[in-house]
Amino acid sequence: MDTKKMLLLGDEAIAQGAIDAGVSGFYAYPGTPSTEIMEYAQHSKEAAEKNIHRRWSANEKTAVEAALGMSYAGKRAIASMKHVGLNVAADPFINSALTGANGGLIIVSADDPSMHSSQDEQDSRFFGKFAMIPILEPCNVQEAYDMAFYGFDLSEKYKIPVMIRITTRLAHSRGGVVPRKKIEQNKMKLPENKRQYVLLPAIARKSYKHLLELQNKFLEESINSPFNKYMEGKDKSLGIIACGLGYNYLMENFQDTGCPYPVLKISQYPPTVPQIAKMVDECNEILVLEEGMPVVEELLRGMLNRTGKMKGRMSGEIPRDGELSPNIVRMGMGMEDLTGNAAPSMLAQRPPSLCKGCPHIDTYKAINEAIKSVYGDGHIFSDIGCYTLGALPPFESINSCVDMGASITMAKGAADAGLFPSCCVIGDSTFTHSGMTGLLDVVIEKTNIVVFIVDNSTTGMTGGQDSHALGRIQDICLGLGVEKEHFHIINPLPKNHNEFVEIIKKEIAYNGPSVIVPTRECVQTYKLHASKDKEKSNE
Amino acid sequence: MKCNIVLAGVGGQGILSIATVIGYAAVDSGLFLKQAEVHGMSQRGGAVLSHLRISDKEIYSDLVPEGRADLIISAEPMESLRYLPFLSKEGWIITNKNPFINIPNYPAIESILAEVEKQPHHISFDGDGIAKNTGNARGVNMVIAGAASVFIDIPFEKMKEGVRFIFNRKGEDIVNKNLMALEEGRKYALEHR
Ligand SMILES: Cc1ncc(C[n+]2csc(CCOP(=O)(O)OP(=O)(O)O)c2C)c(N)n1
Ligand code: SF4
Repeated sequence: MDTKKMLLLGDEAIAQGAIDAGVSGFYAYPGTPSTEIMEYAQHSKEAAEKNIHRRWSANEKTAVEAALGMSYAGKRAIASMKHVGLNVAADPFINSALTGANGGLIIVSADDPSMHSSQDEQDSRFFGKFAMIPILEPCNVQEAYDMAFYGFDLSEKYKIPVMIRITTRLAHSRGGVVPRKKIEQNKMKLPENKRQYVLLPAIARKSYKHLLELQNKFLEESINSPFNKYMEGKDKSLGIIACGLGYNYLMENFQDTGCPYPVLKISQYPPTVPQIAKMVDECNEILVLEEGMPVVEELLRGMLNRTGKMKGRMSGEIPRDGELSPNIVRMGMGMEDLTGNAAPSMLAQRPPSLCKGCPHIDTYKAINEAIKSVYGDGHIFSDIGCYTLGALPPFESINSCVDMGASITMAKGAADAGLFPSCCVIGDSTFTHSGMTGLLDVVIEKTNIVVFIVDNSTTGMTGGQDSHALGRIQDICLGLGVEKEHFHIINPLPKNHNEFVEIIKKEIAYNGPSVIVPTRECVQTYKLHASKDKEKSNE
Repeated sequence: MKCNIVLAGVGGQGILSIATVIGYAAVDSGLFLKQAEVHGMSQRGGAVLSHLRISDKEIYSDLVPEGRADLIISAEPMESLRYLPFLSKEGWIITNKNPFINIPNYPAIESILAEVEKQPHHISFDGDGIAKNTGNARGVNMVIAGAASVFIDIPFEKMKEGVRFIFNRKGEDIVNKNLMALEEGRKYALEHR
């Protein structure tokens, strides 16, 4: 076995861990900070040789369902997504706790506290708790790697899906990983109980009782987990419960001296009740460190906060929102602030902006001329992708960005309320993620909206992954029932600007659903393809 | 041995390559390494940041703690100032002087450079000029890495191997050009320290 350390991102460590632990399929939809799990698997020669499935899914829901299907067939599968992706996949995710797993099943959800590139900072541990399944939260890349092995074993031991929850810092932090002995993939083997996956009420009631019975076992597993540990400390004025990355930031502050307080490191949930009880009994106060929302803290406090001992995000020792940092944790313990000099106030921000030559720029120019300058602000719903930057100057064209797919359906609702014109801008990848079903609603009711599907042939925002929409938008739209006369494809080049504006005006005048597809490749993927072609011709 | 580095720049300036060279050298020297990268919107001209931590002991935090950076290495002068709260009292700023102006309200470059000059420990240089002189205008990031190498307690030979590691795929000529950029940056820092 090769025990040389590998230098991997947290995301990559999970992927490599899964490959080494005999996974047969990766399923995912891109989303920062989870994207590199699938990308690593896609670039892995080893995964290719082992014939491991590693294609993007249309969205997170289809990803989790496909992973569940692979698990049904007895093989190990992993589905990965960003935190808001788990909202989309919530239905199969929650119900998979009732069906259980057959082959090992891991769901990775990557949270983004501080919202570096997300709409919210929800904490996936709530979802894990809601589903009542074990949650693993690695605090370094080695744990991330090891937890793939551990997670699959745990999943197969109890026939239950297991969640791995990571956050941005670990997902995108590189460190050394010592690999383990590789495991062969499972052979296909159907579930012994042919009704295991049939959640008819009569069966589901039994499955739910079984899930409830398992809770004690999960607690036992947490207590015996190699990832949780209780460290005694002399100074009992404070006890510290450090979850996930909180443990790193804590220990960072005692690098040279060692931590004087008792510490409970939690990287596997449900939280270990007996150890917490011991700490609460022995210590005057308890500080809870969590990357994300105060999930454990709220549990420990309870509604009445009877112990009066709990400190953390809810009482303000740690800020209520945003990421942790070594200094935030330091100050939470009442230690001196080490922050250096402030940055000079004259520094300017560099807000993200559309790349030079981006096709969305030309689309917004046409939209502004045809809609904003005629009807004013407030008529254009939008979605999530590079084109969301159309909300900022110089365009200020769009008025919403909520969740993937919401542009079409919000435009519909607003049109139903009487807004005219009611329009929306949605990316090609977002359209096949969650826009198609909304468009069906629109077509069936013949709602008077204009839909722009901005087709740049890729999933640009997350780094240029393949888009399921590629080459399919026309067929999909016409198939859903959009009328041919009101479906247009146009290359939004400056020379086509006037034609583009005319099409928009004509479709606004039409009382019914219209779809306009400005089509031109993203300049980033275009450059990538061009340089790859060049490399090829040089070979 | 312990070195905390904050690497700063703008998307497309090759910050992550600097991190890879130093990181490769560190791991090859048997040191522990943690490197936090900020991914996401960088391709669209936003500020880019990477935290690089090297030590002969186990490292806990992926982030450099505030006030504990030994080095701020920046491909661009305004970005070098953005992360001052991370810099320790004895820490050094190593920065390219040439601004990357992709915003309408970039402050007057003279006042930015004056702020850099005010910092107690800094080396600022015309990275673009030095790179051009080596016949490799795109080697600015390696010039910067070379300048920083003076402050990182890792054998320079290992840094060179790091450069070979990233550019090998592109042929001997590119490797040599980047090695030259690295050497020139180091030379400048040794002379102006
Ligand atoms: C449910 C959900 N999944 C994933 C993401 C991450 N995400 C944001 S935008 C985007 C893709 C956008 O692609 P596309 O619609 O083609 O627009 P482009 O960025 O290419 O303009 C993704 C995957 C998200 N915000 N929400
Ligand atoms: S990455 Fe592509 S789609 Fe996104 S702004 Fe740049 S050119 Fe436009």
